Amino acid sequence: MPREPERNKKGDRPAVDAGHAAAKAMSEAAVEPTTSSTEADSGEVFALMGRFESPAEITHACEALRDAGYKHFDAHTPFAVHGLEKAMGLPPSRLPFIVLGGGITGLVSAISFAYWSQAVDYPLVIGGKLAFSFQAFIPIFFELTVLFAAFATFFGMWGLNRLPTFFHPVHTYPSFHRASDDSFIVSVEARDPKFDMTKTRELLEKLGAREIGAVEA
Amino acid sequence: MSSKSGSGKTSKGAAATKPEADAPEPAEARKAKKSEAGAALGSSFKLSSEQSGKLMRVAGIVAGIGLVLGGAGFASDSKRFAFSYLVGFVWLATIGLGALFFVIVQHLVRAGWSVSPRRHLEWLSSGILPACAVLFVPVAVFAHTLYHHWMGEHAAHDELLRKKAAYLNPGFFYGRAVVFLVLWAGISLWFARTSRKQDETGDRSLSQKMQLASAPSMLVFGLSLTFAAFDWIMSLTPHWYSTIFGVYVFAGAATSSLSALVLVTIALQKAGLLKGVSTVEHRHDIGKLLFGFTVFWAYIAFSQFILIWYANLPEETVYYRDRSAGSWMVVSLALLFGHFIIPFLGLIARTAKRNITVLAGFAVWMLVMHWLDLYWMIMPTLDVGDAHFSWIDLGGLLLPAGVGAVAVARAATGGATYPLKDPRLAESMRLENA
Repeated sequence: MPREPERNKKGDRPAVDAGHAAAKAMSEAAVEPTTSSTEADSGEVFALMGRFESPAEITHACEALRDAGYKHFDAHTPFAVHGLEKAMGLPPSRLPFIVLGGGITGLVSAISFAYWSQAVDYPLVIGGKLAFSFQAFIPIFFELTVLFAAFATFFGMWGLNRLPTFFHPVHTYPSFHRASDDSFIVSVEARDPKFDMTKTRELLEKLGAREIGAVEA
Repeated sequence: MSSKSGSGKTSKGAAATKPEADAPEPAEARKAKKSEAGAALGSSFKLSSEQSGKLMRVAGIVAGIGLVLGGAGFASDSKRFAFSYLVGFVWLATIGLGALFFVIVQHLVRAGWSVSPRRHLEWLSSGILPACAVLFVPVAVFAHTLYHHWMGEHAAHDELLRKKAAYLNPGFFYGRAVVFLVLWAGISLWFARTSRKQDETGDRSLSQKMQLASAPSMLVFGLSLTFAAFDWIMSLTPHWYSTIFGVYVFAGAATSSLSALVLVTIALQKAGLLKGVSTVEHRHDIGKLLFGFTVFWAYIAFSQFILIWYANLPEETVYYRDRSAGSWMVVSLALLFGHFIIPFLGLIARTAKRNITVLAGFAVWMLVMHWLDLYWMIMPTLDVGDAHFSWIDLGGLLLPAGVGAVAVARAATGGATYPLKDPRLAESMRLENA
């Protein structure tokens, strides 16, 4: 692991070390049921996490969290669980508007470039047709619209998901790898105004979450 | 099961109270019950006698108006009526053909979402296509007027037409038409009847049988539609040719049949006949297909145009010259905007496709545009140089449309409003657009 202390500021940490340390702390916490006082000692809490074992369980848990007024919580599942967006109360994605913007940008740039090159910069008569014979360029208008829309989709998705993110606190949850295997994990973030270490934990317990534990920011 | 005896009002009231018992039911329980889905779901899955009567009356009125207008049109200008009637006949036939295509394709891909829309497409195809076999008779009678360019005497002195005579001759033309119409009627009736048989028996093997038949049916469909388009429309300008022409007609068939499906779905949903079976999610999916095929139509229309425009060969460009002459240019532009740009922008949003008013509005709009598209293909042969819309054109449309409406209404009143015992019904009901 290369040590670069001058770059090791907030958010730019050596991910593996921090992950391991936190994971160790977490696994201890998971083994012996801890009181909230020990959790409060160990730095700033990012989120409280809980593990569920079926899509139905996590859907129910998300509905309960949503109905309890939580806004900043997330679900980590091994596959797409249908209806989970609704259960979480997520607003519709803003991505379609980014895609539309990309498409319009592509169309406008294709038309203006074709016009500039064919009619302004270097007019040529080809096959007795007009200098700006737009018909011949419609495939290009179409392709550039699609290309820009595809780029907007791809990079817009990255932007909305804040990718690339090389480290995220939820990865320090000891069973987090099971979110890509057989578990459905919920993380309730501490920045949520409704978040309360004791009450949120109680709610998760009531919902049937396993291995409830806090992760540090 | 008593829905048939109940009046429209009482069955509606029952439909409003019944789903409350179903709503909290978990998916597993629903699945277990699916064999008696009809009983477990909404109270009604059949048109009440009152609804059937109303539907038949409306269809009958349209047919009556069509008959009167058509007769008057024929009396006042038989030549114009022949062309107007051809536009109306192909308009109706393509709706039925598009519906047949979607019936076949749902079996071909074992589609789960489309179980209830498939029944309505079965109504459209099995109602319209057999009716078309009868409605073709006037076209055959008018053939010498419509296709006089190659059926007339002077065809024998035309170098190009002499070379095409092996295909383009009256005997073979009528023979092919009979084959197409019999195949379409036969295939559409077979799929509709087999599906209806499953309503009673619940026999899962019928689904497999239809799936097995879907691939050869699709081949027959593709070839017959292509050659019918060549025969009935492209041969109006016998020197001109476009190998993509059949696909272009198919694109119109797809948009128009989906538009008809939208209207049927919304009408049935509003009447409370598809409670829990067909929802906003199904309308959304049909809207997506309509949007997609609108783009497909533009893609094919442009593909046909660009090759001819680029090559600039006189025997090919004549088609577009005739359609950009005088006021035909206005019709051409109306198609570009009305058949593509306006519906494209109007249906692009998710909210638009899920909104009943917007979707129904565009469905009606696209049906009008499909008629205009066929008018644009057929009428320049008659109205050379300028477009002249006439009341006779309305008669030519309403006569086949009215007969088709009666045929579809008969198919709709005959059985259940969705496949009651289809093995994928439960899957279709759970449809959700992520």
